[in-house]
Amino acid sequence: MPPGTLATAGPPLLVSFPFDPVYVRSIIGVSLYVSVLAVVLSTAVSLPIAVAMGFSEFPGRRFLAAIITTGMGFPSVVVGLVVLFAVSNQGPLGAFNLVFTREAMIMSQFVLATPPITAISMAAISGVSPDIRDAARVLGGTRVDVALVTIKEARYGIATAILAGFGRAISEVGSVLIVGGNITGPDGVSKTRTLTTAIQLEARQGRYETAMILGAVLVLLVLLVNAIVVRIGDEGVMRG
Amino acid sequence: MTIQRRAFLATIGGGALTAVAGCSSITGEERPQPGVAGETLTLTTTTSTYDTGLLDALNAPFQELYGVAVDAVAQGTGAALETARNGDSDVVMVHARSLEDEFMRGGYGINRRDLMFNDFVIVGPADDPAGIEGMSSATEAFATIAEEGSTFVSRGDNSGTHTKELIIWAEAGVAPGGDWYQETGQGMGEVLNIANEQGGYTLSDRGTYLSQRSEIDLVILVQGPIEGGPELLANPYGILAVNPAVHPNVNYDLAMAYIGYITSPEGQEVIEGYRANGEQLFFPRALSEDPNFQQYVPEGWSSDAPES
Repeated sequence: MPPGTLATAGPPLLVSFPFDPVYVRSIIGVSLYVSVLAVVLSTAVSLPIAVAMGFSEFPGRRFLAAIITTGMGFPSVVVGLVVLFAVSNQGPLGAFNLVFTREAMIMSQFVLATPPITAISMAAISGVSPDIRDAARVLGGTRVDVALVTIKEARYGIATAILAGFGRAISEVGSVLIVGGNITGPDGVSKTRTLTTAIQLEARQGRYETAMILGAVLVLLVLLVNAIVVRIGDEGVMRG
Repeated sequence: MTIQRRAFLATIGGGALTAVAGCSSITGEERPQPGVAGETLTLTTTTSTYDTGLLDALNAPFQELYGVAVDAVAQGTGAALETARNGDSDVVMVHARSLEDEFMRGGYGINRRDLMFNDFVIVGPADDPAGIEGMSSATEAFATIAEEGSTFVSRGDNSGTHTKELIIWAEAGVAPGGDWYQETGQGMGEVLNIANEQGGYTLSDRGTYLSQRSEIDLVILVQGPIEGGPELLANPYGILAVNPAVHPNVNYDLAMAYIGYITSPEGQEVIEGYRANGEQLFFPRALSEDPNFQQYVPEGWSSDAPES
């Protein structure tokens, strides 16, 4: 897999750069840790909102939906600056010492991933036929039951939403660079360096080849996660 | 290579621990583990110290010696000082004396030390369309580039190098602007790449240029003072601790331990011995038998004169 690929492709290209498997594994680890956790949190927040908004009509719903879809296009650097302001020693969360930590990176990824997950889930849920909801209700389902049936019906759309959110989080470079600081600790183990910021670092130093290798690792990783999510979705279909 | 480095570090660390342990048995005051062990020092610095690999070489022995982690964040000089101004880093290593002075005058930075120096060089394509090769004056070279309208790639990011570039333009009496002048807002390495691709000129610190020379075709056209060029192209680095009275959350003890280490004979030796592509990139400057009071205060400051 990725580290092995690098070990074979590495030596001829890299002379002075310590491109050892520990380093690469640790940046993959940080990338996954930050993005997956952010997407899990985003999903936990997004789904109830999407269900509530997909189900009901209320004043201001359209306006709210417009805000959420606008958030999908929010520049990550701006999100990074806002989160940095919040967690900075001078900011409202300054007491928690979150600057240049993974937690701050999760916060900014959460802000970035939530709009696409909410918006796409909402579209999927709105697309579920009202008959199914009515049927669930007639059969004596509580509101939660009805919501669960709807989520089940819309699962493909929701899976797409989660993947879109994950894609945005793991491929994002601006905000994690600002709030994370692109730090590697002693012995070349990443603290807040992700695949994307590592790519940026390589490119900054003109080492385009190594940057491309890391880019390939990133693509492989996203492909792998997508395959896993699709697989889970298919198994769900077979069971249901 | 890594394994060798580890073995090397283990040797150093082991030696240090033994030394410390030895102290404790004699004086009974020192503990075998320093009181700062396990803590994290946040260092904001410039891309040049980071990208050349110097920081890794400097920080590894320090981390082993004290059992701490150094979180080095590579930003431009301006951004590094701004992060420190907000109390988000403990120590700053930068190279723009005017910005350092401003930082000190604001009360944010204390215990400034001269650390090391290298110099800036003016680099450009080998065919040198503006014809500045071998000029002994940086201002003359800049003025010629402007006159010829040759492409010049500027950092444009409030970094130490950008600050120096603006000083040279000002001294050359040129207000840079126009099609030939490109502000990129990028780090030194990126700017070298851009200048390389566009066949343009740029001002680079020698360290970053040397460490990247094998990747690019740009050549040095005007030398800095290390190779006999004008003094204007000198590039001194300073290190400052963030004032704990302004930001009580900063790790002042560890910041001072770091400054102590890096300006000590051991730290200065690491700087002296550091090579990239077989060349020395930085020259130590902290050790001096003669007093150097100006390093602690804003340039030109005197207790006799009223603070300007």
